Amino acid sequence: MTQAPDLAPPPTLEVRGGRKNFGAVHALRGVDLVARAGEVTALVGDNGAGKSTMIKCVAGIYPFDAGDVLFEGQTTHISSPADANELGIEVVYQDLALCDNLDIVHNMFLGRELKKGFRLDESAMETRAAEVLASLSVRTVRSIRQHVASLSGGQRQTVAIARAVLWNSKLVILDEPTAALGVAQTEQVLQLVRRLADAGLAVVLVSHNMNDVFEVADSINVLYLGQTAAQIRTKDTSRMEVIELITSGSAGMPAGAVAPRPSPDAPERATRVASATATTSDATTTTNGSTSA
Amino acid sequence: MSTSTVPEAPTAPSLLAGSVEQPTFGEAIGNYVRKVRGGDMGSLPAILALAVLILAFVVMKPETFPSTLNIANLFQQGAVVVTIAMGLVFVLLLGEIDLSAGFASGVCGAILATGLTAYGWPWYLALAAALATGIVIGLLIGTLVARVGIPSFVTTLAAFLAFQGVVLLIIGAGGNISITDPVIVALQNKNVPPLLGWAMAIVAVLAYAGSSLRTWQLRRRRGLVAAPLGMVVVKIVALSLVVIGMVAILNQERSLNPLRTSIIGVPIVVPLIVTLALILGFVLTRTAFGRHIYAVGGNAEATRRAGINVKAVKMACFTICSFMAAIAGILAASRATSVDPNAGGSNVLLYAVGAAVIGGTSLFGGKGRIVDALIGGAVIAVIDNGMALLGYSAGIKYVVTGAVLAAAAAVDAISRRRARATGRG
Ligand SMILES: Nc1ncnc2c1ncn2[C@@H]1O[C@H](COP(=O)(O)OP(=O)(O)OP(=O)(O)O)[C@@H](O)[C@H]1O
Ligand SMILES: [Mg+2]
Repeated sequence: MTQAPDLAPPPTLEVRGGRKNFGAVHALRGVDLVARAGEVTALVGDNGAGKSTMIKCVAGIYPFDAGDVLFEGQTTHISSPADANELGIEVVYQDLALCDNLDIVHNMFLGRELKKGFRLDESAMETRAAEVLASLSVRTVRSIRQHVASLSGGQRQTVAIARAVLWNSKLVILDEPTAALGVAQTEQVLQLVRRLADAGLAVVLVSHNMNDVFEVADSINVLYLGQTAAQIRTKDTSRMEVIELITSGSAGMPAGAVAPRPSPDAPERATRVASATATTSDATTTTNGSTSA
Repeated sequence: MSTSTVPEAPTAPSLLAGSVEQPTFGEAIGNYVRKVRGGDMGSLPAILALAVLILAFVVMKPETFPSTLNIANLFQQGAVVVTIAMGLVFVLLLGEIDLSAGFASGVCGAILATGLTAYGWPWYLALAAALATGIVIGLLIGTLVARVGIPSFVTTLAAFLAFQGVVLLIIGAGGNISITDPVIVALQNKNVPPLLGWAMAIVAVLAYAGSSLRTWQLRRRRGLVAAPLGMVVVKIVALSLVVIGMVAILNQERSLNPLRTSIIGVPIVVPLIVTLALILGFVLTRTAFGRHIYAVGGNAEATRRAGINVKAVKMACFTICSFMAAIAGILAASRATSVDPNAGGSNVLLYAVGAAVIGGTSLFGGKGRIVDALIGGAVIAVIDNGMALLGYSAGIKYVVTGAVLAAAAAVDAISRRRARATGRG
């Protein structure tokens, strides 16, 4: 993968200092995220760290209370799912949202059917669906006219993802797409995620699985207790460090050292981000060998 | 990290990208058998049951059951139930139920009758009032179910009771409003002139043949999987034989005393129901709205996230159901040439639900077709008619029809379980 993060055009999505309260619960207390076209950005963090909340804010389910959202360099305000769709943001939710009683084509076009006057344009939809699946190199589906109920978990994820990229979307967000999948199917879906990025889309991947993250992500964003602990290039970090960031919110300790409990307040965060990136460039080689089995 | 190391997915079983293999005739039949085995039986059980029933009644009552008079009679008897059943398919597809459809038809019939007799309205005004009543009823039920959120079972059970009362209030206990308007009476008692009947049959057959051949050709040209041509032709021939055979039978003189009154031609209600079925079938299978109905029945949350207004879809389905009930109420009034306080009561609703379910529409939502209502309605009409000819009492008829409905619901439940196990929707 070629990377020129600093000279490249503005990132597809950038969140700066995003905050979100649910009453007294401070779910997000300052999150930063950069997702670039052509890259997979992993979003990791412990249970309750705020990953799903952050995604929902970006998807327009509920907006951020404070902070800036920049889409392709422009400040935007996403206040509904329709706004997000209009910008080219598509979300693949963890619980998939497919209709079992409809076939693949119908699911891919649900809510945005192609029409000729009153009538559904079935053959146009079928042709387009086949093109998209082929462009994603999906070849494991027997027929695109089969009901979604007859698909395996991985194939269903594939359909959900294909549905998301059908609408020349620019940013695809996947919430734990491999959580329920076996080894082979996880591999399939990860390859698909990689191909999306290689096709020029910005991809945000939420995952708890370090293997997945290190296999496909170009950049890793760690949330800790509603704050961004760090966003690091995958090649500049190691599993150990990311796990440390996830569990303690800071890294940079010599391997094996016990990380001190951080006090989770904002000023410290900036330095953590900086130090994390600075101190770990030596970990590059160890993280890359294990990718793409 | 380099993408070139990402292995290409296996390329073997692809029917996707352009190079589609078209199935042969044998393969198409094999696919169908596999589909049925997998639990997706569609109308097959109902068609088999229909064949067995017809055969049995023909054997037991060879002189009356297959007579042209009785065949015409069957259509007129089945019309009311089939019409309600077609509307119910929309509600059943959502995974909901409308128990009030029977008495909704009664209310609309009562409105029609009072409009004609008490107010002396012309037939078209009374007809419009009855249909409008159906729409209002549907919007009311739809609001209670979709917006207020009362389960449809409870909402429509309440409406069932209330509408029964409304019919009683309009007609008056023990009352009976007779209908003499020639247009309304003609709907269920007059026939299409034989030549017009033939013309309609030929147009219908040609239209079906033309459209299915065109679809086939279009799909082939676009490189999409299409049923083999042989299969398309077999379907066209089968449909033509049924349509032409029926018209030939119904165009024979069937009056018991042809010198006094001549009864000849296809009953007017037949093209009426065929037209309704074509329109509703088109809505269900060829429009985005129809697709959304199936989607709501399959996964309402997914449909909502896809940006579809689920509440509006539900409202529309309940409205269509009650509108069809209104048409059924008009047909019932026409057939009886009167409306009494029990209009739309007794077995009407259960026969209609039975027709849809026997035909293959699932009570669990997401699966069903308009043609199910027609086939299931035929089964019910044949049982009702045949057993009456055999001289069985109403009691036995109800027991048998109830048993058939239970059997159909069991087939539905079992095939659903089987479909789950074999991974078909
Ligand atoms: N609608 C809500 N109302 C109140 N609190 C909420 C709401 N949604 C999320 N939270 C809180 O916000 C915090 C972040 O939750 P979130 O679901 O974003 O975590 P997550 O990182 O996605 O966790 P997981 O890995 O378990 O999915 C949690 O403390 C949660 O209790
Ligand atoms: Mg979550």
